[in-house]
Amino acid sequence: MVVEQKAVSVDELLFASPRKQVFITGSEAVAEAVKRANVEMAIAYPITPQSESMHLVGDLFAKGYLRDYYRGENEFAVMAAVHGASLGGGRVFTATSGPGTLRAMEMFPVWAGSRQPIVCAFMCRGVSLPPSIQPENIEMGMLLDTGMIMLHAENAQDFFDMILKGYAVAEQPEVHLPLGVFVDGFFVTHTRDLVMLPPEDLKLAPYDPTCSPVPAFDMETPPIRIVRDPLLNKSNFISYAANASWHQEVLAAAERARKHLNRYLGGLLEVEYPDASLFIIASGTAVSQGREALKALRAEGFEVGLIKIKSIRPFPTAELIAATEKAELLVVPEFNAGGWLAREIKAAIDNNSRVCASPRVFGGMTMPVELIVSEVKKAMLAKGLLKSV
Amino acid sequence: MSEKKINIRMSGLGGQGVVTAAHILGAAATRDGLISTVNPFFGAEKRLAPAESYVRISDRPIYERGEILNPNIIMIFHPHVITMGKCYTMPFFDGLQQAGILLVNAEQSLSLGGKDLVKLAALQARIYYLPATQVALESGGTELATNMAMLGGLLGITELVSREALRESLAERFGGGKFVASGTTAALDDVLKSKFAQFDQLLEKNMEVVESGRRSVWEFRIPGAVSA
Repeated sequence: MVVEQKAVSVDELLFASPRKQVFITGSEAVAEAVKRANVEMAIAYPITPQSESMHLVGDLFAKGYLRDYYRGENEFAVMAAVHGASLGGGRVFTATSGPGTLRAMEMFPVWAGSRQPIVCAFMCRGVSLPPSIQPENIEMGMLLDTGMIMLHAENAQDFFDMILKGYAVAEQPEVHLPLGVFVDGFFVTHTRDLVMLPPEDLKLAPYDPTCSPVPAFDMETPPIRIVRDPLLNKSNFISYAANASWHQEVLAAAERARKHLNRYLGGLLEVEYPDASLFIIASGTAVSQGREALKALRAEGFEVGLIKIKSIRPFPTAELIAATEKAELLVVPEFNAGGWLAREIKAAIDNNSRVCASPRVFGGMTMPVELIVSEVKKAMLAKGLLKSV
Repeated sequence: MSEKKINIRMSGLGGQGVVTAAHILGAAATRDGLISTVNPFFGAEKRLAPAESYVRISDRPIYERGEILNPNIIMIFHPHVITMGKCYTMPFFDGLQQAGILLVNAEQSLSLGGKDLVKLAALQARIYYLPATQVALESGGTELATNMAMLGGLLGITELVSREALRESLAERFGGGKFVASGTTAALDDVLKSKFAQFDQLLEKNMEVVESGRRSVWEFRIPGAVSA
């Protein structure tokens, strides 16, 4: 039987309530977040490689926590269906991963284009490059310009908090954009860890569709006007101008999310040892591996710091420039072969020859702490910061 | 005070309960006030395919994720892990730390290759055997309790967690309706539960398997090796 829940503000739920420690997996942390998110509808496509999360959300529906839940025909259908539910004015949730994300790709910019505050969890997995169902986050690099807000959780605790904070940010009238919470599959979804949870008899206040900057499902005004009868199909100046200005508004909305992300996440990035001259910069699970490498390197007497990037879109450009101003070397470990985070960092800062885009681990491999340590030392050697390894 | 961290790698075959054993051990460690993380590694879920799980236990926060590359303890749930290479590392003891522990489920000692024994001797590895499947059948009446026998064997070698914490974690895992597993794991859970009329009986039988595993573990001395 469902627990009687009291609807409260996100501040009360996440910052003011006492928390209790549990030993759960990342997938279970997702369900704990959805349980407290006052979600009206969730739609699932339980393909391999998914995770147990949407199965657990289905159980929440069975217990009465959600108003509606069903399994879609495929990921594209799921992403289109949650879009419809969101257009109808409901708070929605879904999750996907790897090849599923790619199959649904067309819908992500559609969510952003129609300014829907859909929250989706991405359990990043390999994308058959070559075939793999193991952890790897290359799909994040493919989603950078879909218009959605992208948060990268380090562990199950982050995952839980970011989903709930995600609704608070995504539903701000001046933001009102889709928001993806990304984790490295397996390393977070399947890992059992200590997580602090607020009481389960509290839930977020309901989503108020009247606060939406776009009318819920009105066929005559943007964004639906654009979906129904695309402006780009008309060859006149007004149609192009309307399309371009709406697109700019979508991008501006993401910029306006910064202050809300600062408030709820405590910053788009986090810096440890800000006076260091050398930083490990990472997001997701690579941060955790970086923390162990930091411990090992500092034990050897190296003045190394760590920068954890929490928000990938919007990207913390100004914060990163400030944090790395005096740094001589920036080492970027990543769980993908493309190195999208290193590219983002190189594009954001001055004097980007300071960036060492390594190590990269993919296809399900674990990133050994020793590998980060040796890459840091090799980079120091190449820069003349170290005489021998 | 220096960090007390133990890394345990469990290698077995899909369906043997490698993931569940790790879950119960990690949960017991947290009940004892320690910090633990547990994660599995497997491909598409198939019975008898290689499956591994990793348990990290420490008195400090644990950040490291993924596969345990440098285990202090390796638990081998099936001889095929060694004899047929059904594991994620080659050789099966790759990364074992100096004076590390190896616990193998086998009815008798396996004829490890000469090179393996030389390497294990050089590491001053402590090798233990336990007929865990047999113990599970005899004490628990089902080979599905092999993982509990292995946990018993581990506790027979080193008291990593308290008996009370292990019992409570076991009760939590199989007791309430809260645990949600994947389809295949849920099916095995149902088989296990169907074998016992009541939950108390399941718990007691499993604890008997643990005790029996603890008693049945024996140390194999590498011929000619100097003991650690």
